[in-house]
Amino acid sequence: MGAIQNKLEGPVTDELALVQAAKRGDDSAFEELVRRYDRNVFRIAQHITQNREDAEDVVQEAFLKAYGNLAKFQEQSKFYTWLVRIAVNEALMKLRRKKPERTVSLDEDIKTEDDSLPREIADWSPNPEQQYNQAELREILSKTIQGLPPGFRTVFVLRDVEGLSTEETAAALELSVPAVKSRLLRARLQLRERLGRFFQKRENGDHKSDLGDGDR
Amino acid sequence: MKCSDFLTELTNYLDGVLDEPTKAELENHLSWCHNCYVVCDTTKKTIEIYRDSQLYELPEDLRSRLRSAIMTKCQQHKKRGPQSV
Repeated sequence: MGAIQNKLEGPVTDELALVQAAKRGDDSAFEELVRRYDRNVFRIAQHITQNREDAEDVVQEAFLKAYGNLAKFQEQSKFYTWLVRIAVNEALMKLRRKKPERTVSLDEDIKTEDDSLPREIADWSPNPEQQYNQAELREILSKTIQGLPPGFRTVFVLRDVEGLSTEETAAALELSVPAVKSRLLRARLQLRERLGRFFQKRENGDHKSDLGDGDR
Repeated sequence: MKCSDFLTELTNYLDGVLDEPTKAELENHLSWCHNCYVVCDTTKKTIEIYRDSQLYELPEDLRSRLRSAIMTKCQQHKKRGPQSV
C-alpha cells in the first residue's frame, strides 16, 4: 500500500508527511501538527465545554493522547478528523464530569418532528451584526449557542464553523450521515430563531424593505 | 412543494448538494413563499455570522504556553514509554 507516485498535493499530503515523520519520532513534526490545529481544537473544545479552562485542558489532553496513540492511527482518514474525534470525546467527558445529573451524549435529542419548525418568521435587519459592537456580538453568539444541546452544537461547530464536510463530521463523531444532517438542520434552525430576538428588523429602523416577497 | 418539504431540504440547499431538479423546485417555492424566503435567508446569515465571528480565538501567549506544555508532556511520555497515556 506504499504511496508510490503519490500525486496528491497540498495540505493533506503535507499533513500525512508530518504524521509519518512524527510516527518515526520526529517531535518537531508533531509540534507542527499542534501549531496547525491547536486553534481549531481550542474552539471546538470551548464550544462544547463552554468553559475556557476546560477547553485549555482539552487541547492538552487531546494532543497528548494523539501523540501517545500515533502508532495506532491508520492513515485512512485525515489526521485532523482523527484528532477532532479525540478532542470531542475529551470535551464531552469534561462536560459529563461537570453535569453528572444529565447524561451528555451525542445521541440525545430527536424529540418530536416539530420541535425545530420555525415559529418566528420575522425578518432581520440587513446587517444585523452591525447593530452591536464586537464584545456584545460575541456575548450574544456565545449565549445563544450555549442554549443548544451539546449534540447539536457540536455538529454545528464542526460543520459550519470549522468547515468539516458532512462525512468528516460523521466520522469524527461516529454518527451516521443522516444523523449529522438531521442535527445540523435543527441546530441551524434553532440558532436562527434564537438570534432573531437580537437581529430582528426594528420598527423604526432605516432598513431597506425590498426583500423579495414578490407579489405576495 | 410544501413549506415542510422545503425545510427538509434546507440544509442540503444551503450546502449546495441538491440535484438540479430539486434545486429548481426549491427556488420556485422561494420565489413566492415569503416565509420560507426569510427562513432561508436568515439561516444563511446565522451560519455566516458564526463562521465569521472569531468566537473563542486562542490568544497567542496562551497558545505558546499550551504548545510548550504539550511538547514537554510528550517528551516525558516518550521517556516513560508508551503505557503512560
